[in-house]
Amino acid sequence: MSRGVRSRSASWPRRLGHVALILLALAFLVAFLVAPLATVFAEAFRDGVTPYLAAIRQPEARSAIRLTLLVAVIAVPLNVVFGVAAAWAMTRFDFRGKTLLGALIDLPFSVSPVISGLVYVLLFGAQGWFGPWLDAHGVKVIYAVPGLVLATIFITLPFVARELIPLMEAQGSEEEEAARVLGASGWQMFFRVTLPNIRWALLYGVLLCNARAMGEFGAVSVVSGHIRGLTTTMPLEVEMRYNEYDYVGAFAVASLLALLALLTLAVKTLLEWRYGDEIAAHAPGGH
Amino acid sequence: MRKQVLPGFGLSFGYALTYLGLIVLLPLAALAWKATGIGVHGLIQLLSGPRTLAALRLSLFGAVLAASINAVMGLLIGWVLVRYRFPGRRLFDALVDLPFALPTAVAGIALTTLYAPNGWLGRWLEPLGIKVAYTPVGVLVAMVFVGFPFVVRTLQPVLSSLERDVEEAAESLGARRYQTFFRVILPMLAPTLLTGFALALARAVGEYGSVIFIAGNIPMRSEIAPLLIVQKLEQFDYAGAAALGVAMLLLSFLLLVLVALLQRWSNRWAERTL
Repeated sequence: MSRGVRSRSASWPRRLGHVALILLALAFLVAFLVAPLATVFAEAFRDGVTPYLAAIRQPEARSAIRLTLLVAVIAVPLNVVFGVAAAWAMTRFDFRGKTLLGALIDLPFSVSPVISGLVYVLLFGAQGWFGPWLDAHGVKVIYAVPGLVLATIFITLPFVARELIPLMEAQGSEEEEAARVLGASGWQMFFRVTLPNIRWALLYGVLLCNARAMGEFGAVSVVSGHIRGLTTTMPLEVEMRYNEYDYVGAFAVASLLALLALLTLAVKTLLEWRYGDEIAAHAPGGH
Repeated sequence: MRKQVLPGFGLSFGYALTYLGLIVLLPLAALAWKATGIGVHGLIQLLSGPRTLAALRLSLFGAVLAASINAVMGLLIGWVLVRYRFPGRRLFDALVDLPFALPTAVAGIALTTLYAPNGWLGRWLEPLGIKVAYTPVGVLVAMVFVGFPFVVRTLQPVLSSLERDVEEAAESLGARRYQTFFRVILPMLAPTLLTGFALALARAVGEYGSVIFIAGNIPMRSEIAPLLIVQKLEQFDYAGAAALGVAMLLLSFLLLVLVALLQRWSNRWAERTL
């Protein structure tokens, strides 16, 4: 309110300065964010709609979509269960080494995606710790789906926990304690008090976790072996088509991933507007 | 003691620790173990190789430069989004997170096409003698892209809670606008700005997907460290790949320690100012 009054009373050279700053910021946002996004769709439809549709209907594209969904369907729920468990332990109890546990949860964020894939090759690859044993039992992890799932789990591990910990810390445990005192069992308390309190933050975490799981490239590229139709997820299919100079094909698959990103941003923004206070303690309006 | 009313410590703590152990700690232990297989002599030979050094240098300095650009532009854009009202503000605000949501491979091929000599932006830069695609500048552009949201998003809550009284006090005492900014606002924002800088830096050092397309990957010139790891793996040089991986982890750890020290210093600066 007072903001409007002040900007109206601002002198015209200062207002000119504001406009210049706004234009500079917008120019950067357009060049760095809008232009790449527009490029994806412009290149995908460069030769028209028919080649685009043909490119995303190819069997390799279909199997890449299926594999991407499969990997996300396994990795995301596992990280949700982990995130809830870790947030419960971190915010409801005091124990030694809590800071260390928090740092460990964050660790995958500061490890290069390539290293995240490499560590599983060193564990399960032919030369790895468990490689010979797995080989003898006919189990394939590297250059197969389990490797893709493991690398994706590693990369997306912090998302849900990171979203829940600050919120549950801020909410405190009074309601849960009340439920216990009134005779609720542990699981009753969890499903009727804890879960409803964290549902929007949980959804927010799942959204971000899923976007990264479906879009991860570096880590899965190391463990995939790039076997067409078997171990290529959508981002890997994009890479292979691009390297084969099939630009329309590459950007067609990329456009599907870009749509997923836009959808993620839309739902994320909606959640922030609608449930800002229930998502994070530090969200706008959450003070 | 009061907290003992709540159940599930054993279950949640045990599960979280086991999961972390299996997914994160055991694999990283394998990395450290494999890296020792190269031996001290091999390590020195690997790390002093000109190609390795060039790649590490590019990843390191490229990331520092990209995070610095992000700090400046992130401050500007965070400021504009929080302080000014203009049409489309909410749309642009939502769009800031695009680099988080857009898969890196998609960003990589889009940036390459955009900055190629015949691309939408590349064709304007080409006559000016600026080559972006397939040069170290391209590596920088990709690193700026992936790290962009961190500074804006860490600064925004602080910017909106910034007390205007302090600025007004400074101005009523006769401070000019730039003096208010450099002597009052910047010191208050510095610790948060550094947090965003550190996050953008950590992301850029290890970035792979968006960089490899635009870099052109010319040895000694535009080849990043993570790509060398991939090449070693393709040559079945597991010990070499692991050693490079450990070297990169140590490097980013050192960088983050450095930023933490800077942050402590900037906290004191902020306290002195207020």
